[in-house]
Amino acid sequence: MFGWEFPPQISGGLGTACYGLTRALVQENIDVLFVVPKLMGNEPDNGSRLVSASHIGIRQIISTDTADQHFTRFKHFTREGCFTTLEVPSTLSAYNMVHLQEPVYTLEHWNHSITVAEPVQERQSFTTHSETGSLYDFKGGYGPQLIEEVFRYAQVASEIAITEEFDVIHAHDWMTYPAAIAAKRLSGKPMIVHVHATEFDRAGKQGSEMVYTIEREGLDEADRIVAVSQWTKQILMERYGIASDKIEVVHNGVIAEERTSSDIKQMLGSHVVTFLGRITYQKGPEYFVEAAAKVLTLFPEVHFVMAGSGDFLPQIIEKVARMKLSSRFHFTGFLKRDEIDQVLAATSVYVMPSVSEPFGITPLEAVQRNVPIIISNQSGVSEVMHHALKVDFWDTDALSQAICSVLRYGSLSRELKRNAGKAIDLITWEKAAQRLNTLYYELATNIHPN
Amino acid sequence: MNLQLTSTQTNSSQRLVLYFQVHQPARLNKINFFSIGSHPEYFDHALNAEIVQRVATDCYLPANRLLLQLIEKHPEIKVCFSISGVALAQFEHYVPEVLRSFQELANTGNVEFLSETNHHSLASLISADEFQIQVFEHAENIYRHFGVRPSVFRNTELIYSNTIGTQVAQMGFKGMITDGVDRVLEGRSPFQLYQHPDNAAFKLLLRNNSLSDDIAFRYRQGNTTLSAERYVNWLNHIPDSEPVVILGMDYETLGEHHKQATGIFDFLTSMLTRVVNDKKFTLSTPAEVIDHVTSGQALSIEQPISWADERKDLSAWLGNDMQRDAFDMVKSLENPVKRTANTSLIAAWRALQTSDHFYYMCTKKLNDGDVHAYFSHYPSPYEAFINYMNVMSDFVIRVKSASAQADLTEAVKQNEYERQHPQVPVWAERQSAEIRQELFVSH
Repeated sequence: MFGWEFPPQISGGLGTACYGLTRALVQENIDVLFVVPKLMGNEPDNGSRLVSASHIGIRQIISTDTADQHFTRFKHFTREGCFTTLEVPSTLSAYNMVHLQEPVYTLEHWNHSITVAEPVQERQSFTTHSETGSLYDFKGGYGPQLIEEVFRYAQVASEIAITEEFDVIHAHDWMTYPAAIAAKRLSGKPMIVHVHATEFDRAGKQGSEMVYTIEREGLDEADRIVAVSQWTKQILMERYGIASDKIEVVHNGVIAEERTSSDIKQMLGSHVVTFLGRITYQKGPEYFVEAAAKVLTLFPEVHFVMAGSGDFLPQIIEKVARMKLSSRFHFTGFLKRDEIDQVLAATSVYVMPSVSEPFGITPLEAVQRNVPIIISNQSGVSEVMHHALKVDFWDTDALSQAICSVLRYGSLSRELKRNAGKAIDLITWEKAAQRLNTLYYELATNIHPN
Repeated sequence: MNLQLTSTQTNSSQRLVLYFQVHQPARLNKINFFSIGSHPEYFDHALNAEIVQRVATDCYLPANRLLLQLIEKHPEIKVCFSISGVALAQFEHYVPEVLRSFQELANTGNVEFLSETNHHSLASLISADEFQIQVFEHAENIYRHFGVRPSVFRNTELIYSNTIGTQVAQMGFKGMITDGVDRVLEGRSPFQLYQHPDNAAFKLLLRNNSLSDDIAFRYRQGNTTLSAERYVNWLNHIPDSEPVVILGMDYETLGEHHKQATGIFDFLTSMLTRVVNDKKFTLSTPAEVIDHVTSGQALSIEQPISWADERKDLSAWLGNDMQRDAFDMVKSLENPVKRTANTSLIAAWRALQTSDHFYYMCTKKLNDGDVHAYFSHYPSPYEAFINYMNVMSDFVIRVKSASAQADLTEAVKQNEYERQHPQVPVWAERQSAEIRQELFVSH
């Protein structure tokens, strides 16, 4: 299994998902070999074997003048055996991949320890050479070295494909697709790509051409595709032209947590509406602000918390100021885990107005902290959580009405909390792992249900 | 309260009652939170018209036509209907031909109409006064349309308890239909005629939920449908010693819940024909059962029961906080609304008591949740609650301003009364008494 993130080094839902999923798969008696770019040494033990790509020697290195070239060569990759000397790319900044150069904003996550992208470094050589090949010191994360690392990682994958025994290749998101393709070409084993997010979700129509191309390549090469929601499946069909029967929807689970009681702290008054997440286009922060303005016409005492950061933050702050709502808005920036718990404890209703959310685990974390939630219909989580108010992200009238209703009608808030709290126990990684187990079996024994 | 019915004598002493519930709620408009206070129209007349017209085409008209034909062919066939006042009003406005076809059925004399609350409401849980007002309102409605006075009562969703039974008996009814819920029967037969524990003259007819649901919910399972032969065979296996079998279901079962293509109308035809030909059962109306069957034991029901869901209690309408909150709100308005003496406000208040509004707010999952979802036009119970509460919030404002108006009117009347009947101050009264006394003394 190839995954770019694994706890504790996670920056988004991806790492959490990889952890939850592998843990549940091990309970299903699946042997999991999980390859990460870099191990920190304090990963939680979940029964799967963790391998750091940084410790696998690469015997064949392709010189890379440009990432494009790199990619083209990669496509025709064959193992040529022995060790060659190498040339190292200096920087990727020549390529117009704006969003990739802003990894701090676009891929950081609000609720876990954060991998801050390191400053751009000129890297002139591989670090060490060993008997098994040269070792590449992966940084992981999503810094400016990302594309380079993605292809280095693919080279590691081909080493692993030769040395390890396995039945199915399972790759999580585009960073690992080249690796999966390399492993498939060398081993002939079936390949699953697991789509946690697409470039379309991350960047709307302004996505990176290169990332999109890598995604296409992976999706085409895959024997089966796993999407985390119907919503994502729909995007894969419409934006990537993938046939419906190739895609299996396997909803994410949520790792059970003790529900904390709702001792609402009167930090900001009795009515607090909270937006938690990256403040980026994808998360719909401007719809939150517009709905807030409407709510304030009826409930002038409501406070709105926007916790998180992102590339939209400056314009959101300006918008709030322009609408003269600043006295009612609180921008917290990134919060640490316990700070998030404090905010949620003071929250009357959590709002996720995402424009496109492949799954969206954060509302479920709010549910675990006994907070009623309002989520957009354009999210995967709305397919599995029925005890929430649901609106279209663009419908700020409906959103403001939903907020007002939860604030005004106490029994609504209580029922939402109670029923969501019960329903969340049914959204498990065990279910997801069982589905995947079946899928593995079909692929390993060459059964296709269609 | 006397219903004229032709009595057809047969040899059989076992009676079979076929009771159909006819109801369409007055569904609410989508009321925007921000329009609270602007007094928008509460009821979605367009949606209600559309639905009642559709159900008329699929169910009411063809089913009535079929029953009429069957009764003409086999005068032994008798059925009973309970038609809510809300449904009657919708027929009157949107599909008068449905009303006419029910009148034709009424004219055969083979059809009994039951009494219920006019608004298909939960009034029996509000107050005895209000309950009675709504029952009489419905009785007037039935008399106006069909020229008959019901003598048997059925409460909304067959909700029943000893208390409700006592109230209904006091209104002059001779019996009531409720559900043969296992936990109250405690092993006793569901096929007997029971009586109220405090009033032997007040009879309880128990719907057989298993045989009724075989048609209403289990007629079609997968691709197979229940055959009339099989069903009548089940009926025929009921021992001769059991005096009465009551089948009760939504009339919409015929053609709406089960579409015509499923063969449901043929099932009904074949079933009734077989029952008539087999002569095991006498098809009867509830009033006839009460008149001819001797009741045995008293059946005491302390906690309210109903025919809904698996639990057959009030939980389908008052099972969660939202439902209780909404219901408490409408209930608490009884005195304020009545004090306004504003007829349109009182009518709206009653229409807001219709049980369906609360049913839509049910969050029970699994099998029951599916049934609730089938009957709801809201995307979720939460939206149903929000919309209802938005309506109620607006309604409360109307009630407040109307009662302020009423208080003002009252004050004006009081002033006028005082002007016309000037009050003599106490000192003046005393003075005049003293003067009188002095005069008396001096004489």
